[in-house]
Amino acid sequence: MSDVLTPALTMAGRSIRLSRRNIDAVITSMMLPLMLMLVFIYFFGGAINTGTKYVTYVIPGILILCAAFGASSTAVSVSEDMKGGIIDRFRSLDVGGTAILAGHVAASTVRNLFSTTLVLGVGLLIGFRPAASPLGWLAAAGILLAFLLAISWLSAAVGLLAKTPEAAAGFTFFMMFLPYPSSAFVPIHTMPSWLHGFADHQPVTPLIESLRGLLLGHPVGTAPWTALAWCGGILAVAIALSGVFFRVRTA
Amino acid sequence: MPQSPAIEATGLAKSYGNVRVLDGIDLRVERGAVFALLGPNGAGKTTTVRILATLTTADSGHARVAGHDIVADRARVRRAISLTGQFAAVDEKQTGEENLRMMARLSGLSRAAARRRAAELLDRFDLTDAGRRRTGTYSGGMRRRLDLAAGLVGDPEVVFLDEPTSGLDPRSRQELWQVVRDLSTRGATVFLTTQYLEEADRLADRIAVVDGGRVVAEGTADELKARVAGHRLDLVLNDTAAYWRLESHAIHRSPETLTLGLPTDGTAAHVRALLDEVDPERRDVARFSVQRATLDDVFLSLTEKEPAHV
Repeated sequence: MSDVLTPALTMAGRSIRLSRRNIDAVITSMMLPLMLMLVFIYFFGGAINTGTKYVTYVIPGILILCAAFGASSTAVSVSEDMKGGIIDRFRSLDVGGTAILAGHVAASTVRNLFSTTLVLGVGLLIGFRPAASPLGWLAAAGILLAFLLAISWLSAAVGLLAKTPEAAAGFTFFMMFLPYPSSAFVPIHTMPSWLHGFADHQPVTPLIESLRGLLLGHPVGTAPWTALAWCGGILAVAIALSGVFFRVRTA
Repeated sequence: MPQSPAIEATGLAKSYGNVRVLDGIDLRVERGAVFALLGPNGAGKTTTVRILATLTTADSGHARVAGHDIVADRARVRRAISLTGQFAAVDEKQTGEENLRMMARLSGLSRAAARRRAAELLDRFDLTDAGRRRTGTYSGGMRRRLDLAAGLVGDPEVVFLDEPTSGLDPRSRQELWQVVRDLSTRGATVFLTTQYLEEADRLADRIAVVDGGRVVAEGTADELKARVAGHRLDLVLNDTAAYWRLESHAIHRSPETLTLGLPTDGTAAHVRALLDEVDPERRDVARFSVQRATLDDVFLSLTEKEPAHV
């Protein structure tokens, strides 16, 4: 057991240390969701009618956007590792691809738990008033964690595929825009009808609906299970793909 | 039972697409030796090292490293070797000590043992003072030493060094040579690649010259030097007839200027004898000059002949 765990933990420790020393990137990944939150609440929010105070409506979406954007930066760090000589050093120490990627994913999860907490904190300061039960908080945290894991591992797979860190960075943009055609910022029924199919069924929507319901103490129905199924599916595919990509890339 | 050699390879071949990078490499390196793979860019040196270090698989051929098959026993091979490549394999944003401790942990040492090993290696590579600095601030030579140290955390039996001194200034190169000698003194087998004849000469017990994915010569430095003269006698000839008559002896040719280069040891006696030999009538040679042979000449003179073992 420790044969698998020690390398993964050592790699996680390394990735966390490297993030701490790459403070510019960490600040950017926190500032962007914060700025978007302020833009949406203060610039657009007045014009958007969601039936509740807009800050209450939008914070769960911002949390998901923050998590998606932050976790997708894993692609960049994985791609940087693959470019340098260090990957050969790890491999010649017989550290497997899974341990290397698990280290990145663990670090990304820790990093993003911090940044989402920060976003939530600022949200509370500017008027977000959750009404969640302790169990609701726990469930919301669990769903967010599952989402972070899934997106981080998917990003790791993308990082293996990208030829350069710059190309890998493109994925962060894709992930940042994915919450827009969902119920994150505006109710889906206000969108053009041809978008409903996608917006209703893309993974971000059940995630946001779950977070919103759990944090505000509303009934959530089956949304959390749909969300968890999406996360589990993405995670399984991402782990399988990254195993293949790692072998191809290091062949 | 006699000990198996540190490295034994037969018929290693590898192609990338249509490009045949290795075309049947045979090697044998005894335990404790310093072995140099000498060749120009693109000769297949790095590919050979990567195959032996289990990072790339050969299309065909077999090899055993430290007594283990590189395919069937990959994990055992990896535990017995280290590879320091052409690109620095340390994190710039970690300190020297953190890098070494991380590698030591990954090679299976406990936390306390990893700490001790890192301190030991920093001391041995004269990096103790720099140990607490991020490696991004290191000079090229320091980084290379740390890179080498990082490869030694697991006390490998066989150390692969892929062009260990490329891009280093002369002083750092000297320091690195000393490190390689120390490694060998401590009993490790060192397999290094280099483009520099001088480097192979200074360090290696045996040298294999590779070109176009094949071993074109193998032997001790002295044996190779006996085959490859250290200088080149350049002759400017009077006419094309003389040029083509002598062309087959040359290791360097320039038909436009009617110039041919012949191998020589550079001594006056040999140059005189050579001039008399190629031009006994003293009619064909207009001018001559003696050049120090470049590595190109060495390869040309070696690749002109059939592959052979000295």
